[in-house]
Amino acid sequence: MSPVAVSHKEEIRVRVDDVIVVADRVKRFRLAPVDKGQLPAFSGGAHITVMMDDGRRRIRNPYSLMSSPACTETYEISVLRVAESRGGSTYMHTRVSPGTELWITPPGNLFPIHQLARKHILIAGGIGITPFMAMTAQLSTLGHDFELHYAMRAEATGAYGKALKETYGDRVSLYRTSLGERIPLDDLLEERPLGTHVYVCGPERMIDSVLDSGRLAGWPQENLHCERFLPPPGGDPFTVRLARSELDVHVGEHESILEAVEAAGVNPPYLCRGGVCGQCETRVLSRDGVMDHNDHYLTAEERAAGQQLMICMSRFRGRQLTLDL
Amino acid sequence: MLRMLLDAPDGFAGRTHLLYVASDKSPVPELNRLRSLGTDRIDVLGSTDDVLRRLDGLLTTATMGTRLYAAGSEGFVGRVVVIAVSHGIDHKSVLTEHSGSRARRVQCVHCKHITEDVTVSILECAGCGVLLFVRDHYSRRLAAFQGVCANAEDPSERPVPQEAYV
Repeated sequence: MSPVAVSHKEEIRVRVDDVIVVADRVKRFRLAPVDKGQLPAFSGGAHITVMMDDGRRRIRNPYSLMSSPACTETYEISVLRVAESRGGSTYMHTRVSPGTELWITPPGNLFPIHQLARKHILIAGGIGITPFMAMTAQLSTLGHDFELHYAMRAEATGAYGKALKETYGDRVSLYRTSLGERIPLDDLLEERPLGTHVYVCGPERMIDSVLDSGRLAGWPQENLHCERFLPPPGGDPFTVRLARSELDVHVGEHESILEAVEAAGVNPPYLCRGGVCGQCETRVLSRDGVMDHNDHYLTAEERAAGQQLMICMSRFRGRQLTLDL
Repeated sequence: MLRMLLDAPDGFAGRTHLLYVASDKSPVPELNRLRSLGTDRIDVLGSTDDVLRRLDGLLTTATMGTRLYAAGSEGFVGRVVVIAVSHGIDHKSVLTEHSGSRARRVQCVHCKHITEDVTVSILECAGCGVLLFVRDHYSRRLAAFQGVCANAEDPSERPVPQEAYV
């Protein structure tokens, strides 16, 4: 599957028609289309990008769709309010209420279920449960064999644990880490039939540990799937030269190159905003300094060659950087 | 496979089950070397069909963590991949290496007859008698190249076969 970049003309206006407090610091938002009756179809694992204008700048955050793919009347997303918010989750929690209008991108899916799998093992940590809400609905409709392992700090922080358990029964296992319960990864990966696929979404450490355990157990990479939703890391501010636009853009401490470039009125293609999809790959025309590649897309060889930069996640330290934008 | 097993890290051979098609032409010294590598199991079988049947049986009870390596002619490797996929293995997860002849396995798109070891660009289908042109169109599902009628416009035409896939 090759992901398609978001074109800015395709943005969709939605109205928030319901907001529910689901757990500590987690709110669920239901989004209904304003200009049409239906929203675009999507598959489990898909995400949208929500645009938020806070008066000074436009924040764009990707969120997994958690509602059933069978319903395109509305979309549902869940937002965890993070302490070190870069603005997005705080905006959603404090400034969005029923009636608020927002712009979103059409859905894109970088974490689809593997239709030919014999069995699906879904592993979620905390708010990483959201893509699996849509996936379990889809897998259940298709009659596919799946199991969900969902780790949360405590019952009160685990949004949806109870509801999932009620709907899917034994197929769902819950782990409360505050009680010392851990997902038994090595057991989970043992003696599985050929054609079993693993999907993981959660904290970075959990993702890495699942992928490492899988590799050590001899699983091919084709059967290991993950979705990371890291915000772009901050760092010292710097200036980037956009050759085609003939602009010098200042990239602040807490913003990505992509965000700074968008604020300057230039709109490069993007899809995941998390360094995995490859859409915002940008050619480096010249540089005097070091690029900090924070993406999961470029290969070691491409990084060494230094000709490309994933501007949604990566940063620069040095005297000058000129991009083909 | 010999080279791979010789170069593999310690312990690799001991976890390996080797299936080998021995033809009348298989050199005895190589067979002996294969047997001396310390593989967990080795089955030397008389034909490709025997090996594929054995593989099919082994994969029925195999679990994740089993990795499949196939080396041989294109037709052989393709048929191993078909069996792997039928057991839920992603075709990209099969490690393959082509060796030996470039002969093609060809499916007649008209009668579906499959001809093994085709080395020429034009052949007469043993199934329906149509003169087939071997296209570069490969079907992973069938593990075969597609053979299409070479003289549909003018049946009196008899294109000359070329030795193309030696």
